[in-house]
Amino acid sequence: MVEAIALAQAWEMQHDAAVVVLGQDVGENGGVFRATAGLKARFGTDRVQDTPLAEATIAGMSVGMATHGLKPVAEIQFMGFMYPALDQIVNHMSRMRNRTRGRLTCPVVIRTPHGGGIHAPEHHSESTESMLCHIPGLRVVCPSSPARAYGLLLAAIRDPDPVMFLEPVRLYRAMRQEVVDDGRALPLDRCFTLREGSDVTLVTWGAMTLETLRAATLLEAEGVTADLIDLATLSPIDSDTILHSVAKTGHLVIVHEAARNAGLGAEIAALVAEHGLYDLHAPILRVAGYDTIMPLFKQEHDYIPSAQRIIDAVHAVLDA
Amino acid sequence: MTIVAEFTIEHRQILDPNGELVAPLPAFAMNVADVVAMYSAMTRVRVFDTKAVNLQRTGQLGTFPSSLGHEATHVGVGAAMQPEDVLAPVYREFGTQLWRGVTMIEILTYWGGDERGSDFAVPRHDFAWCVPIATQTLHAAGAAMAFKIRREPRCALAYIGDGGTSEGAFYEALNVAGVRALPVVFVIVNNGWAISVPVASQTATQTLAQKAIAAGIPGIQVDGNDVFAVREVVAEALKRARGGGGPSVIETLTYRLSDHTTADDASRYRSSAEVERAWALEPLHRLRAYLARVGAWNESLERSLLEECTREVDAAVAGYLSDETQSTDAMFDSLFAELPTHLREQRNTARKYAARRSGR
Repeated sequence: MVEAIALAQAWEMQHDAAVVVLGQDVGENGGVFRATAGLKARFGTDRVQDTPLAEATIAGMSVGMATHGLKPVAEIQFMGFMYPALDQIVNHMSRMRNRTRGRLTCPVVIRTPHGGGIHAPEHHSESTESMLCHIPGLRVVCPSSPARAYGLLLAAIRDPDPVMFLEPVRLYRAMRQEVVDDGRALPLDRCFTLREGSDVTLVTWGAMTLETLRAATLLEAEGVTADLIDLATLSPIDSDTILHSVAKTGHLVIVHEAARNAGLGAEIAALVAEHGLYDLHAPILRVAGYDTIMPLFKQEHDYIPSAQRIIDAVHAVLDA
Repeated sequence: MTIVAEFTIEHRQILDPNGELVAPLPAFAMNVADVVAMYSAMTRVRVFDTKAVNLQRTGQLGTFPSSLGHEATHVGVGAAMQPEDVLAPVYREFGTQLWRGVTMIEILTYWGGDERGSDFAVPRHDFAWCVPIATQTLHAAGAAMAFKIRREPRCALAYIGDGGTSEGAFYEALNVAGVRALPVVFVIVNNGWAISVPVASQTATQTLAQKAIAAGIPGIQVDGNDVFAVREVVAEALKRARGGGGPSVIETLTYRLSDHTTADDASRYRSSAEVERAWALEPLHRLRAYLARVGAWNESLERSLLEECTREVDAAVAGYLSDETQSTDAMFDSLFAELPTHLREQRNTARKYAARRSGR
């Protein structure tokens, strides 16, 4: 998937001179995950900038560049280091168009690794997407395959408003897939239905898509079929796709890696409760990270929801 | 012992508090009409400021940050900038904004609680007011980066207050501007007070200008009540930046003669004796004295200038007060280039309840 992310950036830089890439180690080093590999050699130091080690600088400079004709694609090296940038993201990036009534705009993409599962040090395995989803004026996108990473990143760069692009670290190298480098974007604000079934709706995103697919495959062996929806754009939520599926299956399990309390699963559950309650045959269940700090890596797989937890939740809603 | 680096900080003054020249007259001040234009702009913003505070006191404007006492700094900066340069203001620099073409109606509209005030007709490229302290310094650095990448001979200028220099974003902006040699100028308006906290409680440094040193860029201190010195120093810094010479920090020493905002009462934390001493140094008096001495100003000119400013301010206030409130659609329609579906529903809800509230 990481190559697909580099390909999408290279395509857009080739076709739009306003696109610039910036962040820590994105130039000479090509990014600590190699997501910007080769860009500096191809596009030069003006358009591929190694910034000082300062996240507020990366986000604040992106605001200044975007309001003056550029389209910055900024990398925050890990989601756990995004907090110094939040002042700029929340107070300026998300508000600029609204507070100037459209005079100044912020076509910025902030790319950042998301989630755990790669034996990384402390603070390197965060999934705090619901914080970002709470902010009006931001789009939040999280791809779950190389092809979707390519197509959604192109869409994010072309979008005239700020997009937080969360890249699941477990998928960077876990999954190989041919990606056609043809510059075709995928739609934002839309879910992707990865499997169709009739018994239960599974909604998930990012790396948890893999665990959920594994669970769906095992469930199918016992005769339970699932609609598996990859949310893809986490904000705004494509509620129509979810509600249609729930109308068909009558059962909903939401799966996410982030802590459960005030997580995005709660928003999805509320949407279905408000608009699809009478389609449900059983209570909604969430399978989520615990409301604890993400443990250090020896225990990270005890934290990240497993296929078995998902299967058990599906049994619970079907048996309810 | 080996000394590996040494630094000095220059202080610049041209016009002393009595309007006497203490340094050579800059070239721009040779043309007396230009000096009169600066004096008129300083008077214009002071008349506007007085009116804006009164509007707040009578419930016709929201909280307002007076710029009383800052006129020389604000007009000196405005006069030194080119129209194509970009201003990143804090929230008090009305003198610079008026000089650059922002209108009194726009200022009153914003401080009267309406986003349309930030949709400047001129200059379209300036940033709007920045309330979160010091964040605007990074926007200026980013804009300067855009100019540098496109090889445009333009500069960005960010204001910041004395309190703002304690924020991380300020140091980050100086640092990145220095290391990338960006065409940006940071003007620290040292008016003595960050709401109730005096500069002496803010930092142990002797000057705020010296904060530039750690970023490897020039820093200079200037008498911020002396419009000649401010304009000269800012013009030098902009010229250097435009020519590829990189960023600068300028500390302008002035004084906040007003409360922090109309929601503040400065008598709770500073003495009236201190404020009286500051009034003796204020910027309009010395420039008026200078102009009178060179035979370019008298009481009759002063009276007609004040009348003209009052007429302009009154017309702006009338325009502001007659503006209709935005429709509730506005809070939705400017959020994204295209409105997402769920916001269409919320927009309808807001319409319905707004209509009910206004009895329509």
